[in-house]
Amino acid sequence: MKRQREDAGSRSVILRADLDELVQALRAKGFTVAGPVARDGAITIDTIENAAELPAGWAEEQEPGRYRLTPTDDGAVFAHTVGANSWKRFLNPPEARLYRIRTDGKSFVAPERDAPPARYALFGVRPCDLAGIAMLDRVLAEGASADPDYVARRSQAFIVAVQCGRAAASCFCSSMKSGPRANSGFDLALTEIPGDRHRFFVEAGSAAGGSILAAVKHRAAEPADEEAARHVWESTAAAIERSLDTAGLHELLTGGTENGAWQAAATPCLACGNCTMVCPTCFCCSFEDSSDLAGRAAERRRKWDSCFSLSFSYIHGGSVRSSLTARFRQRIMHKLVWWHDQFGSSGCVGCGRCTTWCPAGIDFTREVERIRARLVSGSVRDVGQAGNLCDDF
Amino acid sequence: MTAADPMAPIPAQVRKLDRENQDTFTLHVAAPGATLPPFQPGQFDMLYVYATGELPISVSGDPEAPFSLSYTVRSVGKATNKLVTSSIGDWIGVRGPFGVGWPLEKAKGSDVLLIAGGIGLAPLRPALYHMFRYRPEYGRIILAYGARSPGDMIYRHELARWKKEPRTQVLSTVDYGGLHWRGNVGVVTTLLTRLRLDPPHTIALICGPEIMMRFAAVELEKRGIARERIYVSMERNMKCAVGHCGHCQFGPYFVCRDGPVFPYTQIEPWINRHEI
Amino acid sequence: MVTQTLEAVLRNHPFLADLSSEHIQTLISCASNQRFEKGNLVAREGTEADFFYLLRTGTVALQIHRPESGGITLNTLGEGDVLGWSWLVPPHRWHFDARAIEPVRAIALDGRCLRNKCEQDHELGYQLLKHFATLIEERLEATRLQLLDVYGVPAR
Repeated sequence: MKRQREDAGSRSVILRADLDELVQALRAKGFTVAGPVARDGAITIDTIENAAELPAGWAEEQEPGRYRLTPTDDGAVFAHTVGANSWKRFLNPPEARLYRIRTDGKSFVAPERDAPPARYALFGVRPCDLAGIAMLDRVLAEGASADPDYVARRSQAFIVAVQCGRAAASCFCSSMKSGPRANSGFDLALTEIPGDRHRFFVEAGSAAGGSILAAVKHRAAEPADEEAARHVWESTAAAIERSLDTAGLHELLTGGTENGAWQAAATPCLACGNCTMVCPTCFCCSFEDSSDLAGRAAERRRKWDSCFSLSFSYIHGGSVRSSLTARFRQRIMHKLVWWHDQFGSSGCVGCGRCTTWCPAGIDFTREVERIRARLVSGSVRDVGQAGNLCDDF
Repeated sequence: MTAADPMAPIPAQVRKLDRENQDTFTLHVAAPGATLPPFQPGQFDMLYVYATGELPISVSGDPEAPFSLSYTVRSVGKATNKLVTSSIGDWIGVRGPFGVGWPLEKAKGSDVLLIAGGIGLAPLRPALYHMFRYRPEYGRIILAYGARSPGDMIYRHELARWKKEPRTQVLSTVDYGGLHWRGNVGVVTTLLTRLRLDPPHTIALICGPEIMMRFAAVELEKRGIARERIYVSMERNMKCAVGHCGHCQFGPYFVCRDGPVFPYTQIEPWINRHEI
Repeated sequence: MVTQTLEAVLRNHPFLADLSSEHIQTLISCASNQRFEKGNLVAREGTEADFFYLLRTGTVALQIHRPESGGITLNTLGEGDVLGWSWLVPPHRWHFDARAIEPVRAIALDGRCLRNKCEQDHELGYQLLKHFATLIEERLEATRLQLLDVYGVPAR
């Protein structure tokens, strides 16, 4: 065993007992470590100070509108998949102050942004969530109008990915080409090999990832370790039950926006917006302005927003998408169709959260397939087409 | 736009206020000590009203006026009301310019037909200023302007002046003439039928209420102007103006970034659908 | 059986009252009986106007949609009314939305089919055009009076 920096691309092994050295090494480098924890009956993400806080021994059952933690018998640290929270809350926080603007009662001073509060090590990022982060990079970190706040948080972040060892019933990452294995986008990637030689197969994805190993007891990976890791990756991929057929979806849904199939699918929806809150790629936000009582300083805050809210599309005295059906359709069209036009890929990573956390139990992949089937068969009428033939005179 | 931070407003001072009609004013602002960002006709800025909020407002002034920006604002809510009731010397924030403007390069050598409805004349005015300044580069210029009533028209003195420009036609019409109006009465599309047009060599720029733009575009296509030569200025809820807040989406487009000016080829598939 | 009943409906419809038997037969060959549920669109603005409708029961609202307010009703049509003349006038696209605000039963006439028949039989074409010209004039007059806002404050 050794403690030394490794090159990007290297493959090592960390024993289960030594996992906390990785957490401490990150903290020693000044990172605030955020990782999965079991709390209030679910996996959530919070700052941790020790690997003991990770949810060892917990897996989940996930179904439309249903989430339960279930104990495992192998004590695996990362037996869970994804909980309600995604990592976007650390890169694009739910609420943040953009500016403080001071005035002397006449002019005001050009504002400057606050620096981000901490450098985060994101510990336990699943391949689907890695893909989600890459999508947020594309939206928020590219071009002349890149968000300086996001760019700062993102460039300072250290990512420890976890290659999935289990698939929940809600997972469909393989259909969206975002998992269950990640090949890049991480500083380190862990594959847990439970059992009597409980250890982690570690891939260094960057120079920063390799250099953190200088403070972590590890050894070089041997062929047997690679074999065991490969077995994990293959069995997880085989365990994914859910799929989404995206072939031809862009054209089909584009042509079918006026079809009654959308209203049928939207009927149980409450427009609560949970799906957009838990989704790792949803980025919509809004701004709030306020001032202190004396009027000497104003604040501009940015907050998460959701296309499900009625005022989201408000102009000139009304909302463009005032019906529930239109807002339901907007999310699906944006995520699966228009994201391609805007950002060159699908906006969905197949994490399954929107299905699990929908209080109405709306099954995302099943509803999309049902809409597809209705559009293809023409069984539900397009509004504005001929009516129903009838004989009643 | 400040290179480092597209969300940071530049402090600017109100220098002049022109009343256009009952509830519409043009603000002229300048930023002492800072250069305000130049703009292309058709682009918009986000105006920050201290502690109240931001508004997307098309820049309505001369694109080559060195130190001043103009915005024609109609009072419809809290923030717009604060803008139109500002005094000389008040401070607002400006950031921008944003978006895609009118295709004035593409229009060179063509006749340019501008169709404006109500306050929609404001985003078109900079295009007129530009074309009058570079007159030989453009063919005939025709402005068809429709408003609700004579009292609702904006830029009335300029309308009279523009009529006198070479090879330029200015026609106006109102929905309600009232007792003293001797001009045209009827929707603005009715002006189009009496125009002599050279469709293959005409570019049309349309700005106004969405219904008006829809029907005007149909009328122009009937007259033989190709969809690729018709441009409209779309409007949606805007918060960030840089394609990050998601509010201004219109089908696949971010109006703030892919528009607000669009060729009608991009708009036609979506503009007749409901709640897009 | 169905054809006979269609004939009876067409003969008795006020709009077609004075058409010849032969012309009615032509119309029958382009006709079908249709039903629209409450809330459904009979026609959508911008789409191809291949049909016009003789309304038998129910109410259709002619609407236009704005981004901020959805559909605004401009006019309503009911039993005995005729919906749609864009099948006759190029570019043959509906200018407005038409929504069934009560369940509607109507005879749908295939405008594309009829246009071809009118090209071949100019007498049929002339008769239909006369009927539609009257209809359009009535609508235009009504629209102008509606625009006048006679109940509003007089001087503007």
